[in-house]
Amino acid sequence: MDSKFLKIRNDFPILNQKINNERLVYLDNAATSQKPQAVIDEIVRYYQNDNANTHRSVHTLGERATEEYEAARGKVQRFINAKESREIIFTQGTTDSLNLVASTYGEENISAGDEIVVSYMEHHSNLIPWQQLALRKHAILKYIELTNDGRLDMDDAQKKITDKTKVVAIAHVSNVLGVTNDIKKMAQIAHIHNAVMVIDGAQAVPNQPVDVQALDADFYAFSGHKMLGPMGIGVLYGKNNLLNKMSPYQYGGEMINFVEKYQSTWADIPWKFEAGTQNVAGAIGLGKAIDYLTEIGMQNIANYEQKLVEYALPKLLNIPEITVYGPHSPKLHNGVISFNLKGLHPHDLATALDMDGVAVRAGHHCAQPLMKYLNVVATARASFYIYNTVDDVDQLIYAIQDAKEFFKV
Amino acid sequence: MSLSGLNSLYREVILDHSEHPHHKKNLKQATSKVTLKNPTCGDVINLELNLVDGKIADIGFTGEGCTISQSSASMMTDVVLGKTTEDGLEMAQIFSEMVMGQKRSAADLKKLGDAAILSSVMQFPARIKCATLCWWALRKSLGENVDD
Ligand SMILES: Cc1ncc(COP(=O)(O)O)c(C=O)c1O
Repeated sequence: MDSKFLKIRNDFPILNQKINNERLVYLDNAATSQKPQAVIDEIVRYYQNDNANTHRSVHTLGERATEEYEAARGKVQRFINAKESREIIFTQGTTDSLNLVASTYGEENISAGDEIVVSYMEHHSNLIPWQQLALRKHAILKYIELTNDGRLDMDDAQKKITDKTKVVAIAHVSNVLGVTNDIKKMAQIAHIHNAVMVIDGAQAVPNQPVDVQALDADFYAFSGHKMLGPMGIGVLYGKNNLLNKMSPYQYGGEMINFVEKYQSTWADIPWKFEAGTQNVAGAIGLGKAIDYLTEIGMQNIANYEQKLVEYALPKLLNIPEITVYGPHSPKLHNGVISFNLKGLHPHDLATALDMDGVAVRAGHHCAQPLMKYLNVVATARASFYIYNTVDDVDQLIYAIQDAKEFFKV
Repeated sequence: MSLSGLNSLYREVILDHSEHPHHKKNLKQATSKVTLKNPTCGDVINLELNLVDGKIADIGFTGEGCTISQSSASMMTDVVLGKTTEDGLEMAQIFSEMVMGQKRSAADLKKLGDAAILSSVMQFPARIKCATLCWWALRKSLGENVDD
């Protein structure tokens, strides 16, 4: 199986280049993934052959575009095992999906004194929409604590979620700490208290099998661009009974049923939430990315990335000046590894690694409350995807040693 | 593989300033205190000035950041100390234009003292903000309208 993964790199034209005269090792996958030729070709094919506006044109191209767009919805449905395809709403991405939930479900169901529960490891996009909603509604925003090794403190979750809690919003996989949270358990706790469970799946869906029914998720958000798809397309899954009761997010074309001078009725879900001309090429490209991932198998991908972590983590921990955030046991760690080199700011480190062809992220990773919680200003972050190999890990370690020597730290 | 390309940015002087920054302190008496942040990386600078008769009689900074931001602040405080408000603002302008790759005369660059060495940062566009943060703090301290 691994031999198959070694060839995957060839499917990604962008990886076939040198950066600063070195082989490009792209380890910023948690920010965005690269795109295989198959996805690039699919978008070109759509624009060359089938482009038209969906749902409004009677002509042949309009029919094709509509059919392909809805077929992409079906692929997403099967990919995350939603019960029905109308539970899949296309959005611009995770941020857009989470804002949609906060400004529709949240706006309608949160009142003064209610609680919204998040955790310290949330990305700003699963934090600020809730923080601002809480401010508008005079609701209470509560944070679930983390354990010393950076996992969700489930005991604290039991305490923080109460009968006053209306929404529990948690990342499935942290984009900094590399942990997978026990979402199923969280959803059980939330549901005991009649709260809805909102899941930020941006870092989970690209890297492991996700089954929204098995998790009993009420809302589940993710982005296409982190899973080989194009930028500007994402998904919000919502349980049909919840989506049906919610008001539209935006108003305009496509999302209506009948419009009269002083009132309107809304289209059925999912179209009620898809106002205006949609990112059809994006949805079709995402559909192709799903085909590509499905062909490899999500469990195979999870296993392969686990092997990379098992290889990389001990090597990083072996460098005495390196601090790794999140659990140190590879079993508890996904392919997102945040670290710092003692005595060197992560920005300087990232510039040095780039000179050796290695692309990592440095900064606060859109998780400023978490940085404060960890008591760091910023970290470097290496994140793996299907085209990375142990050679890439070796080049990363080599580059870190190089930086260490250069800066004499 | 080699990091020789880094030599142009991380020159000895820059590493020295970042390791042993000058004027990294709070002032006992300050006529202005300004905090600026670089939201993309979390770097923070607190710049304190004591203006006496239109001159920068004392200057100090605190905060956290990378090698470039720390050494830039250290070099800036060296060169603006004792200068008038107008001189300080002119230097900030020269520095901004320099790191953006715009041509300034040798005489202008000389006014920047050690700080002129940071012209190399223009080859690392992602790092330009690291170098300019302290200069924006200076502009703000000297009364210029700066968005933070
Ligand atoms: C955990 C997590 N949530 C949300 C997001 C936001 O995703 P997007 O920028 O695609 O909306 C990201 C990625 O940046 C992420 O890692």
